[in-house]
Amino acid sequence: MAEYQNIFTRVQVAAPSYAGIPLDRGNKEREGPPIHVHLLGRLGDAQIGPIYLGWFGLASALCLFIAIEIIGLNMLASVNWDPVQFVRQLPWLALEPPSPAMGLTLFPPLNEGGWWLMAGFFMTAGVLLWWVRMYRRARALGMGTHVAWAFAAAIWLMLVLGFIRPILMGSWGEAVPFGIFPHLDWTAAFSIRYGNLFYNPFHMLSIAFLYGSTLLFAMHGATILAVSRFGGEREIEQIVDRGTASERAALFWRWCMGFNATMESIHRWGWWFAVLCPLVGGIGILLTGTVVDNWYLWAVKHHVAPIYPAVFAPVADPALLLQGAKP
Amino acid sequence: MAMLSFERKYRVRGGTLTGGDLFDFWVGPFYVGFFGVTTAFFSLVGTLLIVWGASQGPTWNLWQINIAPPDLKYGLGMAPLMEGGLWQIITVCATGAFVSWALRQVEICRKLGIGYHVPFAFSFAILAYITLVIVRPVLMGAWGHGFPYGIMSHLDWVSNTGYQYLHFHYNPAHMLAVSFFFATVFALSLHGALILCSTNPAKGETVKTAEHENTFFRDTIGYSIGTLGIHRLGLFLALSASFWSAVCIVISGPFWTRGWPEWWSWWLNLPVWR
Repeated sequence: MAEYQNIFTRVQVAAPSYAGIPLDRGNKEREGPPIHVHLLGRLGDAQIGPIYLGWFGLASALCLFIAIEIIGLNMLASVNWDPVQFVRQLPWLALEPPSPAMGLTLFPPLNEGGWWLMAGFFMTAGVLLWWVRMYRRARALGMGTHVAWAFAAAIWLMLVLGFIRPILMGSWGEAVPFGIFPHLDWTAAFSIRYGNLFYNPFHMLSIAFLYGSTLLFAMHGATILAVSRFGGEREIEQIVDRGTASERAALFWRWCMGFNATMESIHRWGWWFAVLCPLVGGIGILLTGTVVDNWYLWAVKHHVAPIYPAVFAPVADPALLLQGAKP
Repeated sequence: MAMLSFERKYRVRGGTLTGGDLFDFWVGPFYVGFFGVTTAFFSLVGTLLIVWGASQGPTWNLWQINIAPPDLKYGLGMAPLMEGGLWQIITVCATGAFVSWALRQVEICRKLGIGYHVPFAFSFAILAYITLVIVRPVLMGAWGHGFPYGIMSHLDWVSNTGYQYLHFHYNPAHMLAVSFFFATVFALSLHGALILCSTNPAKGETVKTAEHENTFFRDTIGYSIGTLGIHRLGLFLALSASFWSAVCIVISGPFWTRGWPEWWSWWLNLPVWR
């Protein structure tokens, strides 16, 4: 039991930096020189850099910087430019979207949601440019584009929350505010407003994939570390030329639960679980308020949830009260 | 069918924790062992009790079947069978089955000569479950604080328990747990995608190498944690998610009984700026 379980690297080789796979003509030079950090080497690879900047990376970083600046300066303005109060109240500070009365106005006054729209625009532009960068960097190395497409699933959720659903609802005010506690408040209010998101089947699926991904990564990470004494972490080699590490990893699960993935298929399981989490989550958000107004009543109608006895005096359903205000 | 082409040479005797070679054999693809027998016993009894409990309940609707814990008035005592006693026995069975399963994993690890990372990781999940149905109820003084066994009923429990603390998102341990869950999914998508895009490269390209993996992440974000490191990181993130989940619920009630938003007032009242 007291054997070394390979949870950190005990002996580090001080090797020269690796410059990376040579790039074809038309690519820029990588930015270096790389440095080596001993502590990083304890956990993983010690080398930092070189990094490829490129036009899409630069444009993306610039957009994201502008978005962060807009959010941060608005928050700073909201505490009267007091740096101490900025730090003190930071978790509570927000950059809110336009009020519902503004509808889908493209250019509301700056301090009434205009800054929010601008921050959202630059954040979205930055993220989309980053997607292009991920796609192009994979292609420049002759690799598949699986990273970019997984990233696209996360972008889908972001666009549903801040762009697609607000447009379908007819108001930017439906979107999420920027801010730490404010976005949590938004989430709680959103759930209550639409009859508790726990009754939303796509929310259920999304959570299942969230927990499922965590379970899979715990299983996979643990399995690979367990067979690392046989070189199991060299997964590509194990995929194209199965060694004893793969065999023992597979047999562990076969003997444990009667079923095993292969060294390649476990990564397909992981990829799909991770991708489906934001993908179905985005569907659940998109249907909320647009198609379904109260997930609890939806669940009762479809025999998913029971009808609970009325414990308190009846209150008017806010969904019905607000009906007249809907476009 | 039951055996893979390379499997026979790995099916060796020994490595058991207890019972010698009493149950040291396989049934189909499954390894049995002493803890396989206890797993089967506990899970069979527990599952049958759930089915029997459902038969005594008002519905066979899979979503709505519910085995509720005892009323708070029973405190930490045994409750009558149909008033939560069933839940108590099922909890014992579940705990027994989970622990047996982990110990069976240890035996399989020993048989295969591999590390104990999987049972160690699984023990974090067991810890989270035991925290929910044993540790926190004991600290709060009643089994009734455990969560009910049922699909919709456990969701209702999570919702109701959350709102008892006004707004559970403000629970700092919950924040950490959620962040670790999201980070785990993020890291898993990157790792899965990286392996798949190396072994399924662009049309006409040969399969890529670990050097390509490193280069891709250094090119894009300036750092590649490496083939070994990503599995350490993934395991750490996943176990942290589980660990902080357990912490976030065990401090709700035993440590903090008011709304979680209120808890943050210590930050606003720090001497440096109050």
